[in-house]
Amino acid sequence: MLPFAGWEMPIQYAGIVSEHRAVREAVGVFDISHMGELEVTGHGAEDALNRLLTNEVTKLGDGEGQYTLMLNESGGVIDDLILYRISQERFLLVVNASRTEEDVSWITAGLGEEATLLDRSQELGGIAVQGPAVSSLWDSLESPLALPERNGIVEDGSSGVVLCRTGYTGEDGFELFAPIDAIGSWFREILEKGATPCGLGSRDTLRLEKCYPLNGNDLDSDHTPLEAGLGFFVSLEKTFEFPGRAALLEQKEKGLATRLAAIRMTGKGPPPRHGYEVRDEEGEVVLGELSSGSLSPTLGVGIGMAYLPVASARPGTPVTVEIRGRIFPAEVVKKPFL
Amino acid sequence: MNVPDPLRYADSHEWIDASDPEAASVGISDHAQAELTDVVYLELPEVGRVVTKGEAIAVVESVKAANDIYSPVSGEVVAVNESLAEAPEPVNEDPYGSGWMFKIKLSDSSELDSLFDAASYREHIS
Repeated sequence: MLPFAGWEMPIQYAGIVSEHRAVREAVGVFDISHMGELEVTGHGAEDALNRLLTNEVTKLGDGEGQYTLMLNESGGVIDDLILYRISQERFLLVVNASRTEEDVSWITAGLGEEATLLDRSQELGGIAVQGPAVSSLWDSLESPLALPERNGIVEDGSSGVVLCRTGYTGEDGFELFAPIDAIGSWFREILEKGATPCGLGSRDTLRLEKCYPLNGNDLDSDHTPLEAGLGFFVSLEKTFEFPGRAALLEQKEKGLATRLAAIRMTGKGPPPRHGYEVRDEEGEVVLGELSSGSLSPTLGVGIGMAYLPVASARPGTPVTVEIRGRIFPAEVVKKPFL
Repeated sequence: MNVPDPLRYADSHEWIDASDPEAASVGISDHAQAELTDVVYLELPEVGRVVTKGEAIAVVESVKAANDIYSPVSGEVVAVNESLAEAPEPVNEDPYGSGWMFKIKLSDSSELDSLFDAASYREHIS
C-alpha cells in the first residue's frame, strides 16, 4: 500500500503487467475513491465555471462532459479535471486528489454570488471500470441505468449513483461514483463479473502509453497547457477572462520555448523514470528531464515524456537518457505511443 | 512462500548458497520476487569487483521501480548470470535456480552467521 494524498492506495494486486493487459484486452477495475468530486450549482454556475476554467463550458449540453484545466495567473496548471454538466444549473467537477483542497479554495474565491460549491469528496467513493469488454460487463449487471455516450454522465437520483463514460486508460470505460458506504459492494460485484482488480501502477502505465498527463509530473505550475500540448482544451476565443488567459495569449504570440515531448527508448536498457535527464544525441547537452517514464507493458520498450526545447521536441529527433551515469539512446516520437 | 532450508538470507531479501565458499551463488528470495513482480531489467556487477557486506551491487527493476540488490557477504565477484541481462524472467520464475544473479568468493565466511537461516527468515517475512 502506498500513502497517496491522504489515502492508502494499492500499487498492484497481482502485478502491473497482468493488470495492464487485462485493461487493454478485457476489463479491469480501479478504486478511484481518492479523486475529488466537487459540485457547483446555481443559475450563475455556468458563467462562474467559464470564468475559472480553460475550456468553453457552453459547449456542454445536459449529460455531457469535457476535459478542462484550471490555471494560475501566469498560465501554469493548478489542476486538470473533467467537468460534467448534469443540468443547466448543476455541474460536477472530478479533480485530482492531491489538488482537491487547492481547487476548493481557488473555486470558492472565484465563484461569485450566484453559484455555490459543494465538496462531496469525502461523501462519495468511486471506481473506474476500463477495457474493451466494459459494455458487455455493464449489461451483465442488469442495472436500470444505461451507460451514457462517450464523455457523458447520468445520475440515478434514488441511489445517488453517478455514472460517467470516461477514464484514464485510453480504453472504453466508465467511472462510477456512489455514496462511500455503497462503493465496496459495487467493486465486489464488478469483480464477480470478471473484471481484474488494478492498482495505481497499471493506472500509470496505461495512461502513459496514451500520453495522458499526470498532474504533478507532466503538468505543474511552471508549464502552460500550450507547452503540454493541451491547446485543444483551452478556448482563447471565449468571452470569459479566465486566469492565465493573458499569459497564454502572450506565449502564443511569442511562440513556445518548450514542448512536452514523447520519448521512446531505441535500444535495450533500463526503464526510463521520472527525473532522469534527457540529453542530446551525443549525451553532452542536457535538454530536460523526464516528467514521467516507465517500461511500456504493451510495447515492451521504455517510454517517457519530457519538456524539451522546441527544436529538440520534433518527432524523429534522436536524444539520449542518462540512467545511473550511463547514456542510453532514445528518440522523440509522435504522441501518443499507442 | 518457498524458503529452501540450506540457504542463508539477508534482511534485504537476498539469498546466498555458500556450499562452495569459493563461488557462493546469490539471488533474491521467492518473497522478494513476488513483491516486485514482473522483473524487466537487471544490472549486474562486473566480474572481479570486490565488495563489502551490505554494499549495493546490482539493480533489479520492475515496471514500477528500480531496487538495489545488496551483497549479503564481503568478497570478490567471480561470476555473473549474463543470461539475465537479456531475459530476466528466471528471477520471477525460478528465483533459487536459474534466477541466480552472481557468485562471490567469500573473504570472511563468519559473516554468514549474521544472516538469517531459513526458519528465522520465514519468521522475518511472515
